[in-house]
Amino acid sequence: MGKFKITCDEATTICDKNQYGEASFRDKLKLMIHFYGCKICKCYSQQNVKMTKIYNNYSKHKCDQHTCLTKEDKVKIENAVKEKME
Amino acid sequence: MSTNTKHTLAPDKWVQLYSDYLFNYTITRVSNGEIAKDLVQETFFSGLKSMKNFKGLASERTWLVSILKRKIIDHYRKINSKKGKAEVRMNFYKDGENEGEWIEERAPNTWAEDTDKGIENEELKAALDYCIDKLPEKYGIVFNMKTIQGFETEEICKELDITSSNLWVIIHRARTQLRRCMEDNWFNN
Repeated sequence: MGKFKITCDEATTICDKNQYGEASFRDKLKLMIHFYGCKICKCYSQQNVKMTKIYNNYSKHKCDQHTCLTKEDKVKIENAVKEKME
Repeated sequence: MSTNTKHTLAPDKWVQLYSDYLFNYTITRVSNGEIAKDLVQETFFSGLKSMKNFKGLASERTWLVSILKRKIIDHYRKINSKKGKAEVRMNFYKDGENEGEWIEERAPNTWAEDTDKGIENEELKAALDYCIDKLPEKYGIVFNMKTIQGFETEEICKELDITSSNLWVIIHRARTQLRRCMEDNWFNN
């Protein structure tokens, strides 16, 4: 059983890893055992899930943004490329 | 009938055809317009230099994107090496191995029940922009690559020359700092 005992530091690191689907089965088991005796880490974990949801939406928003170069930017780059081609 | 069409390069049309696409691709990865513009321009320059290596097997755009990817990774690598490899230990817990050993002021606070409200709203995005921007540079790089851009762990470790356990410690610290910042600027505001 001692093998499965982890500190809060380890528990929250595993918890973060789990948010990316990269925690092993053994790690998840350690985490579950830790949660039985540590309400703070359990709270951290629950809030972490919410944070992940927010980050995923934020990431999606960043990728959906339709940002384009201005005409001026394009002219500048075009001139620089032409100069290199000569 | 042969389907092996050879692609050709037309550098005089690159800006017109691909600059917006490449810029969009870059801005979601570096989150800075000026850096994104520079990287797109450098991509075209590198493309010109290595035109003789183009075998015509991939499309012109795919070929330019592959050059751009290298540029983006080089950009992150450059920032990373500037910051050095030293890590400052930031404690969230008291010494010892007892459960529940959080340092009081670093323990998570209770959040209001309506924390799911307006995930799409602009203020939340602004708060996140602010908090991500406040992360130490190295934490910001790793967090962005892993969480926002979705790079594979292995790829990040290789490019930034860090171990996987180092990456998870950085991710953990970044997420902990971010949640504290968001507690102050969003959840309990």
